[in-house]
Parts: sequence; C-alpha cells; structure tokens
Amino acid sequence: MEKKYMVLTFAEYEEGLRNGKLLGLRCGSCKKITCHPMPVCQWCGGRSLERMELSGEGELTTFTVIRVPAEGFEDDAPYIPCLVKTREGPCVIGRLDYDAEQATQELIGKRVRMNGSYTYKGDKYSGGAHTCPVFEVAE
Amino acid sequence: MRDVAIIGIGHTKFGRASNTLLELFSEAALQAIDDAGVDLKDIGAIFQGAALPGFEEGQVTPPGFSAAELNLSPIPATRYEGACASASIAIREAAMWVASGEYDVVLAGGVEKALSMGTLYATRTFAMACHAPTEGPVGLTFPGVFAMAARQYSKNYGISIDKLREKMAHVSIKNHRHGALNPLAQFYNKLGDLKVEDVINSRLVADPLTLLDCCPFSDGAAAIVLCSAEEARKYTDDPVYILGTGQGSGGPLSKMEDLTKPVSRISSARMAFKRAGLVPSDIEVLELHDCFTIAELIALESMGFFGWGEAADATVEGLTDLGGKIPVNMSGGLIGKGHPIGATGASQVYWLVKQMRGEAPKGIQINPVPEYGMTDTLGGDLGTLCHIILGRTKK
Ligand SMILES: [Zn+2]
Repeated sequence: MEKKYMVLTFAEYEEGLRNGKLLGLRCGSCKKITCHPMPVCQWCGGRSLERMELSGEGELTTFTVIRVPAEGFEDDAPYIPCLVKTREGPCVIGRLDYDAEQATQELIGKRVRMNGSYTYKGDKYSGGAHTCPVFEVAE
Repeated sequence: MRDVAIIGIGHTKFGRASNTLLELFSEAALQAIDDAGVDLKDIGAIFQGAALPGFEEGQVTPPGFSAAELNLSPIPATRYEGACASASIAIREAAMWVASGEYDVVLAGGVEKALSMGTLYATRTFAMACHAPTEGPVGLTFPGVFAMAARQYSKNYGISIDKLREKMAHVSIKNHRHGALNPLAQFYNKLGDLKVEDVINSRLVADPLTLLDCCPFSDGAAAIVLCSAEEARKYTDDPVYILGTGQGSGGPLSKMEDLTKPVSRISSARMAFKRAGLVPSDIEVLELHDCFTIAELIALESMGFFGWGEAADATVEGLTDLGGKIPVNMSGGLIGKGHPIGATGASQVYWLVKQMRGEAPKGIQINPVPEYGMTDTLGGDLGTLCHIILGRTKK
C-alpha cells in the first residue's frame, strides 16, 4: 500500500472548521497536540500521529483591529485577527467575533471558544477559498 | 574558506521611481562597479534580491535580464527571495561563493518597486509573505502582525498600550530625524521634527500602530561589489570586510511561542556573532529592520543589545541615537529612508559601509568612524531572518 504522509490534510481541517469542529493530531511519541495539521508533530517532530478533535476553547493571547485591509478584505474592515492558545496546547490563528470599537487590551487573557468559521472566497492568488476559525469571548 | 571584502557600493534615490525594475538595479549596480573601480567583465556572477517583481511589472527571473542589460551574459545570475530580507540573503550567498573560491569578484544587491503598486495592491502582495493557509483567510496584514506583537509586548512587560505607544513613537521620531538628513531617503527634508503626538495621532492602520509607526512602500535598488579579501586593496584603500553572517527561519505565527521573542531572529543573530567572534558590545552601529516602531524594539532585544522589555525605555532615553550606547538606523532605517523590500538588505550594508568610510551625510555620521557594524533584516512575518557583521579590519 502507498504510504500516507498526511494523516489530516489542510482541506480536511478546513472542512472541519466549516462544520464547527477544530481538528488536530495527537502525537504517539510525546502525546502532545498539533493544530493546524502538519505532516509531523509540531512539538517533537514525531511521525506517529492520529486524528483528534480539540475542544475549541482557549485563551486569547493577542489580537489587533485591522483598519487598513489588504485588497479583497475592504468590506470586512475593521476586523479582528487573533491568536488563541487552546486548552489542549497549540495556538491557532483566527478571527475574534467582537465589536471592533470596543476591543481593548483587557481582552488579552480572556477565555474564548470557537463559535464558527470564516471563509474568504479567495482571489486570483489564493488558490481558491480558505477558512479560518472564529472565536467569541466566553466570560 | 577565504575572507571576503566589500569594495564598491551603489544606491538609488528611494521613493517613487519611473524607471523599470531592471533600470533601477542597473543604476545601483553601475554605481557599485564604478565605486569599486572594477571592469564589468571582472564580475563573475550576480546575486539579486527581489521579492515581488512578478506582481510589480509582470517580471519573473529579473537577474538574467539584469545580466543582459549590463552586457554580462552568460554569467550565472540568480534571484534570492526571502521577502523583505531578499537582498541580505543574496549578499550572504554571494559572500559564501566568493569565500569558497568559485568566484573572485561578484555583484550582489536587490531591487523593488512597491510604491508603484499602490497601497491596496501592495498590502495584498506583502501579505503573501504571511502563512497563506492559516493567516490568509484571516485577512492578516503586515502592520497587523506587528500590532499583535505590540499588544503582546505591552502585556509581557506590564506597559499600558497608551504608554507603549508613546515609547514606540520615539523610534519613529529618531528614524525620521535621521532620514530627513539623508539625501537618498524617501523622506529627505521631511518629517525631521516629529513630536510624540504627531505619531500617536496619525491614522490608525492596525490598532495600536499608526501610519507613522509604519515604514512606507518604496521603489529603489542598492548593490555592492564583493571580492576576496586578499585582492581588496588592489581596488580600494577602504575595504570593508564581511566578518560573519547568520540566517534563520520562522514559521506560521501560531507556531511561535511569543511574537516578541522570535527564535528565527535570536538564532540568526547568534550565528552571525559566533562566525564573527564578536559580541553585541563590540558593535558600534546597527542598521536594523524597523518595518514598524515595535519591530525595532523587538530586534534590539532579540539580538542581545538590551534585555527583554528594556529596549523601549532605552530608546526614550536616547541610548539608540547618536552618542548613545548603540546608534541604530543612522540612515533613517526603513521608516525614514524607505523600504523597497527586495533592496533593503543591500541598502543597510551600503549605509554601514558609508559609516565605516566616514562618508555618511552631515549630521548622521558617527565619530569616530565605527570599527564594527551589523545589519538585521527580517522577511515575512519573521519567516526569514538574516544578519551581516562588517568590520574595517580582517579577523
Ligand atoms: Zn510529538
């Protein structure tokens, strides 16, 4: 049988996001979680990986409010990219579902949970549509 | 491996250019060749940094055409792409090839026409140096990346966002003051007398960074001629030697432990210091990658010039200005001089060589002439880092 190098492909990860699931990989060597998916463990480089589902919960570690968007995102501005440290360990990047005019430094450290996903339709450079997780403040 | 020297330098006026990419590069190249006093036919290879020529002029593989435009065909001519660090990695490779003995005299540099793209399209193409699968759909921009780093800096060191904005403003004030004195800078004779309020009250780009926290989009080119150190004095009385280089790679932002402590930059700087046999306190002038005000603070700490969380106050106290502990971006840096991304690393080297020859413009020359200088160049969202240490004497 042909060897399978991608236990969870990026397309499958994105499909999971669109179905409200944050999918990742558990490492057979160090037991830690990799998310978004990679061909090897993001912590130890281990290659014995199995699929799992993360809780979608975590802590907001940083964010910004984009006022000057890139071409293709003009209708979205202002919007809030954010980094979230998941309960399971890995960080993921996504958008924060929050009033941009009320977004202040106090948001950092707040508990958040994934409440959906955002799909950018793509432009002629992006190789099609792509999806990221969306988080809401959980406290 | 042989020691390598820089014997010629060239630099176009940064800002908006009507010349083609190829013409810009040729102008910088011919300046460098004239400055070195070498014959065109002595050039053994071209190492060219260019990040986005396909999007700027629909021009892929520009170095081959640059060789042709200089009547140097069919010598090897190669493009190096590391986003904003393209020219630095081109120079690093050029130095390696000369050190190996494969070539005796080579041309290295970079070129970009980013201002000509306009803000919206340029912002889109710059964002291509983000991790496309995860950061693409988020709509992340480069100011956005460093805005997120600024918020983490604020959190890490317990500095309120308002206080941090004031401290960051001093980076912009200093670099614009220097840039205003540099005739080749995009903002020559402009913005040389900014106040803290000017910076924090300018338009928000990505909260908390304002327009004056950001470097501009720019067109321009810079180039240098390198040769083996033993041949250098044949051409010039003022060779500047490449004492050590380093390079590092990052990854998606989500895989980074802390945006304010980029491992790619720490490891690249350490590699360069180790190769040069020097430590930060030996360096007397720095040209570093101030794409945003916060980026200068992160760079200074990552390279070991200040402790974690100390670069903000050091900047406010003037320790990074003329007469301070370590003068930083005397050329104006990316903020004051402009940032034609594929050319920036070569421009940084150009201005260090100027400093070491005592030829920097009035008001921004360090006295006495510095013995050791260092560049720091960052490509993408900390994806490609490169450091180059220069000295007036061989190791
Ligand atoms: Zn592992």
